[in-house]
Amino acid sequence: MNAESRPALKPVESAIGPVQAMVAVFMRDVRVAFRQRQDLLNPLLFFIMVVTLFPLGVSPEVAFLKQSGAGILWVAALLSVLLSLDHLFRHDFDDGTLEQLILQPQPLFLLILAKTLAHWILTGLPLVLLTPVLGIMVHLDGNSVAILCLTLLIGTPVLSLIGAIGAALTLGLRSAGVLLSLLIIPLYIPVLIFGTGTVAAAAEGAPVAGYLALMGAFLVLALTLAPFAAAAALRISMSNS
Amino acid sequence: MSEPLLQAVNLECERDERLLFQNLSFSVMPGTVTRIEGPNGTGKTTLLRILAGLNDAWSGELLWCGEPRAWHRESFLRNMLYLGHRPGIKPLLTPMENLRALMAGRRTVSDDILSQALAGTGLAGFENVPCRNLSAGQQRRVALARLLIADEPLWLLDEVFTAIDADGVKAIEELLQQRAAEGGAVLVTTHHDLQLPGMKRITLGGGQSYEC
Amino acid sequence: MWQWFHKLGSPKWFYGIANRLMPWLLAGGLIVLLAGLVWGLAFAPKDYLQGNSYRIIFIHVPAAFLAQSIYIMMAVAAVVTLVWRMKLADVFVKAIAPVGLVLTFLSLFTGAVWGKPTWGTWWVWDARLTSMLILLFLYGGAIALDRAINDEKSAARAVAVLVLVGVVNIPIIKYSVDWWNTLHQPATFKLTEKPSMPMEMWVPLLLSVLGLYLLFGWLACLRMKTEILLREQRTRWVRELVLAGRK
Repeated sequence: MNAESRPALKPVESAIGPVQAMVAVFMRDVRVAFRQRQDLLNPLLFFIMVVTLFPLGVSPEVAFLKQSGAGILWVAALLSVLLSLDHLFRHDFDDGTLEQLILQPQPLFLLILAKTLAHWILTGLPLVLLTPVLGIMVHLDGNSVAILCLTLLIGTPVLSLIGAIGAALTLGLRSAGVLLSLLIIPLYIPVLIFGTGTVAAAAEGAPVAGYLALMGAFLVLALTLAPFAAAAALRISMSNS
Repeated sequence: MSEPLLQAVNLECERDERLLFQNLSFSVMPGTVTRIEGPNGTGKTTLLRILAGLNDAWSGELLWCGEPRAWHRESFLRNMLYLGHRPGIKPLLTPMENLRALMAGRRTVSDDILSQALAGTGLAGFENVPCRNLSAGQQRRVALARLLIADEPLWLLDEVFTAIDADGVKAIEELLQQRAAEGGAVLVTTHHDLQLPGMKRITLGGGQSYEC
Repeated sequence: MWQWFHKLGSPKWFYGIANRLMPWLLAGGLIVLLAGLVWGLAFAPKDYLQGNSYRIIFIHVPAAFLAQSIYIMMAVAAVVTLVWRMKLADVFVKAIAPVGLVLTFLSLFTGAVWGKPTWGTWWVWDARLTSMLILLFLYGGAIALDRAINDEKSAARAVAVLVLVGVVNIPIIKYSVDWWNTLHQPATFKLTEKPSMPMEMWVPLLLSVLGLYLLFGWLACLRMKTEILLREQRTRWVRELVLAGRK
C-alpha cells in the first residue's frame, strides 16, 4: 500500500478500549433516564398496580395470598420488565444514536451488554428493591421475602437480557409492543418457573441453594449468549430500516 | 494515481422486492468529493448505508483499501464517519454531552476541543442547553460539529444540508472542499444543488452511471 | 462439494427436483400412513387399562413427534440462512413453520381429547402438554415475526435468529416444565410409565410416524414450490414455466 497517497489510516489500537466504551454507553443511558424520571417510575407503578389487582380480583384471604404471593409478584415483575423493553432501543433508533452506536469501532455485543445492564439497573433493580414492601402486603413471611428478592435479583437481569433480543428483533416494526411480548414470553417461562419454584421450595423447608445456583447458571448463559443474538438481531433490523 | 480508499464492485441491492440498483461499481479516491444523485426512491440513502455498514442486505463486493471490508470491520469503522439524516443527537442531553457520547467509543477528545467545535458551528453559548430546546437546524449543527474534529479519512454524509441556513451551507461546502484538499474522501447525498470544482458523481435511477 | 451446495441453493434446481420427488412422497406417505392407521385403529389389541381410547395415540404421537422435529429442522435451516444466506433455507423455514404450528395444535387437541376419558378432564397441566403449549407459542412467535417484516430477506434472517434462540431454550424449557410438574403434581398417572408397549402396537405407531413424515415431505415441497414461484416471479425461468402452461 502506498502510504503517501492517502491520509494515514488511524490504527484501531489508537481507539478507546471496549470497557471504556461500555462505561460511556452505560453512563449516557443512565443520564438520559434521569433527565426523564417519570419514565423510571412507570414500570414501578405498573408493578404495584398489577399486584393490587390480585387481592381485588381473586381473593384478599391471607391463606390465598400467602400461597400465591411469590407467583403474583414474579408475574407482575415479569410483565413490568416486558413493558419497559420497548424503550430499550426505540428512542435510540428514532433519534439516530443507535446508528452511531453500531458504527462505533467496538464489538457491538459489548455495547449492547452495557445498554442492557443500564436497562436492568433502571427497571429491574428498583423492582427488586420494592419487593419487600409488596411481599409484606401479600403476607409473605420474612424468609420467603428474602428468597423472593434473591430470585428476582438473579432473575430480572435474565429478563432484560432475553428481552433485548426481542426488542432488537421488533425494532421499527408496526405493533412492535405486542409482537415483542409474543416472542419473549415463552422464553421467560424457565426463569419464572424456577423463580417462583425456589420460593415455594423454601416455604416447604427444602434447601434452595441448588435452585439458586441453577438460576445463576441461567444468568451466566443469558449473559454470554443473549448479547450476541441481540447484536445480530439489531443488524438485521437496521438493514431493514 | 493513488489507491482507492473504498471500492464497490457489482453492488446489487433489492428492497421490498424492488431492485434499487445492480452492477454498480465505483471507487472512492482520497482527495475527492463525490455526490450521490438521483430522484427520490432510487436508493441514495440505502447506498450510503450499505457503504457505511449499516445495511447488510446487498450482494457484490466492498473493498476497503483493496481488501474485503468484512475482514477489517474495526479498522473501517475507526476510519469512517457517517452522518445520517437522523442526526444521532439525544434531545435530553446537551450538545456537549451528545458530542462526548458520540466520540466516546472512538477516541479521547478534550472538552476544550469539543466546545471549540460547537463554537465553530455557531453554537457558542448553547453548550449546556438540552438539545430539545434547540431548533432543528441547531440540532443538526450539533451533529455537524463532529466534522470539525473528525480525523477519519472517509466521510459518508446523508442529506447534510437539511435545515441548515445559507451561511451554514456555504461553510459546509468550504469544509468539504478543504477536507478533499487534505486528502480525505467525502461522499454526500443531497437535494441541495451542490457544485464543487472537481466533484465526482454517482447517479442512481434510470440512467445509472458513475464517473469515478 | 461447494458447487453441489450452491446448486442446492438454487430455487430453480429445487423446483425440478421437487417435481420429481413429490409423487413418490405423496404415494408412499399415503400408503404407509393408511397402513399404520388402519392397523392401529382397527386391528391392534385393546389397551388393558384404557380400552379403546388409547387408539388416539396413533394420531397424537406422530403429530407431536413431527411438531418437535419440524422446529429442529427450522433451526438447522436457520443456521444455513444466517451463515450462507441460502435462499432455499429461507423458503424452507417460511414454508414449514405453519405446518409445525398446525401439527402442534393437532397434538394438543388430540391430547385434550385423550385426556377426557383418561384423566376425566379436557386439560391437565401435565408436563408434556404444557411443553407442547409453549412450543405452540414459539411457532406462533416465529410466524408473527415473519408476517410483520415486509422485506423477505430481512424477515428470513430475523426469524432465523428467533428460531435459534428458541432452539437453545427448548431443552431449558422442557427441563424446567418437568421440574415444575413434579413440584406441583406428585406423579398421579403418567403415560410414560406404562408397561412397555406390545409389538402389535409399536409397529403401527412406527408406520404412522413414518407415513406422516413422508406426507410432511410432500407438503413441504408443495409449499416451497408455491413460495419459490411467488418470490421468483420476475425471473425468466418462472415466466417460461407459466407460459409453457405447466403447473
